[in-house]
Amino acid sequence: MIDILEVLLPLFVGAPLLLGGVLFVVPRLHPLQPIIGMGSLLAVLAGAITVLIATSNGTVVAHQVALWPEGIAIPFVADTFSALILTVAALVAVISFQYMLASGESRSPSIPALVLILMGGIAGALLTADLFNLFVFIEVMLLPSYGLLIFLSRRGDLGASRLYVVVNLLASTLFLAGVGLIYAVQGTVNLAALAGAGDDPATAIAVAVCLAAIAVKAAVFPVHGWLTRAYASASPAVAALFSALHTKVAVYVIYRISAVVFEGESTWMAAILVVASLTVVVGAFAALGEKDMRSLLLFQIVTGIGFVLVGVALFTPLSLTAGIVYMVHSMVVMGSLLLVASAIEHTYGSSRLDRVAGLRTREHLVTGVFVIGALSLVGLPPFSGFVAKYALVLATADAGVAVVGGLLIVVSLFVLMAMMKIWAEMFNGKRHPDVELVAAESRIRTRQGLYDGDYVDDEEIAQEAAHAVEHIDPPRGTALTAHTDPHEHRGTRVRFSLIFPGLILAGLTVGLGFGGEFLVQLAEQASMGLIDTSDYVRAVIGR
Amino acid sequence: MSLALSIGLLAAAGVFLVLQRGMIRIIFGFILLTHAVNLLIIAAGGVARRDAPFFGGDTSQAADPLPQAFVLTAIVIAFAITVVLATLAVVGRGDDDTEAEAEADAGSEALDSVQDGTEGTRGKGGDLR
Repeated sequence: MIDILEVLLPLFVGAPLLLGGVLFVVPRLHPLQPIIGMGSLLAVLAGAITVLIATSNGTVVAHQVALWPEGIAIPFVADTFSALILTVAALVAVISFQYMLASGESRSPSIPALVLILMGGIAGALLTADLFNLFVFIEVMLLPSYGLLIFLSRRGDLGASRLYVVVNLLASTLFLAGVGLIYAVQGTVNLAALAGAGDDPATAIAVAVCLAAIAVKAAVFPVHGWLTRAYASASPAVAALFSALHTKVAVYVIYRISAVVFEGESTWMAAILVVASLTVVVGAFAALGEKDMRSLLLFQIVTGIGFVLVGVALFTPLSLTAGIVYMVHSMVVMGSLLLVASAIEHTYGSSRLDRVAGLRTREHLVTGVFVIGALSLVGLPPFSGFVAKYALVLATADAGVAVVGGLLIVVSLFVLMAMMKIWAEMFNGKRHPDVELVAAESRIRTRQGLYDGDYVDDEEIAQEAAHAVEHIDPPRGTALTAHTDPHEHRGTRVRFSLIFPGLILAGLTVGLGFGGEFLVQLAEQASMGLIDTSDYVRAVIGR
Repeated sequence: MSLALSIGLLAAAGVFLVLQRGMIRIIFGFILLTHAVNLLIIAAGGVARRDAPFFGGDTSQAADPLPQAFVLTAIVIAFAITVVLATLAVVGRGDDDTEAEAEADAGSEALDSVQDGTEGTRGKGGDLR
């Protein structure tokens, strides 16, 4: 069983890349496009679950590509930690892709192919145990991301895409320089061969260059600014996909490198703790100034990154477990909330708090999913956020930095404030007298690629919107009979297929809240693999 | 020494260009930066040993092949991203390069995107402060 898995590990990278290439050849409106895309994402998910089951007892599965001897070959390795993150990443990818199918975004040219290549890059970055190879896979992951960002750019405005590409390229270049420095000092870039090399100051500085570059990709304060700007202009579904995958892969790498190379050495970890605490505070406060549901949520991603990094900074078994649980929770719940925002944005044309109001009485299901996600994000029981935050605060007290634990609790109150702001204005706010008109207007503005502040002939848009409202079609799924008043059927409603992906993730956060034991056990196993890396090293370089 | 100096020079020039506003300058900046990093990796493998590892070369003096493989891969990736950047320089509107006033003058009328990108860069070059 394990032997077969070992040989199959490279398939996580190879198969999506190959099928992504095939999809470029298949004509873009071919009915096979979504089927191949969804099928292979599901296959990756199934494979990831298999590996997770196989490694859940602490077994490390490793494969030397092309069966070169250990130390020379490019190693692929899966332990509990990487298998867990890969599983959740594949799950969120499947659900985001489902949303893209429902919203019609997957019909844009080559989107399924780009999502598949992205998945291949993510799997590679999570499974490789070679730093240069990691750089390559991060690039493989970023190139389709540029494509997704540009093709599905919400406003036809590429300023944010330029920013995203430039920032990521700069970070990648810095990472590559770090890899070069590590090779100069140690003569190898195999992560397992670098185990414990952080004692040497020169190596430590070289690895710190890599970590600094990765911190940019993880959107850690003070280099978090690009995330909220770039993701705010992406298509909503793409933002949900990226938020669960990109920054979390970067955080995964920080966990892995800190564990293997530095072995949790405290001098470095104190610096990470300060940065993580600042990230938490800045994300939570900056969110309060935003006037758009999506931007508010994007700052919560930054806060979440800080929470996860507190786990690695303390580097105790409990804190690592809590950090990993928080990472999984954050991927699931941020995906859910962003997909809710996507559904609202897709239907009402805007996610600005002052343009959409009174959803509570209009959209019961959307409201329910949002409330579950928001409460889970704040950290109230019985959702997964409670398990994660409780464990993390306990870990800070346990490690003797209760002040950080107190900070996390205070910040959670500000997260609650941000969620209350969305609730008060968007869901509970006074309903617009002419919701349809405002929604139609917003949709037209979005379609024309207009900024909210752009100069534009409002009169013209208002006329077009009024015309659109007059000729609105009855919403799908409601049959018009001779006896029903057509006016009752008119109206903008979030389609069920649009909210369904968010609903699944919201269900998952409830499930992880009630069945938290299961996740905590997996995370405990993962943190044991991080604290004692000898199994990992033995599997990769055979000693 | 000359290697270290050229890495430093390339990196400095690259950083300077990346900090400019025009997209074309940023692209040139990145080209220089990746050159600097590629040289760094080559230097990491040691440049004293230069013999071929086969065809009668002295294996104890053979050059380290791994950094060369690294640099080859990095060149290919940098090329791909440069193409993406170059595409971004000529398509779309609302470049950081365009001044706010010019944008207001243009209003919402759709400018020819290609012309927009290049003109912005040229205009910037004129009044480089």
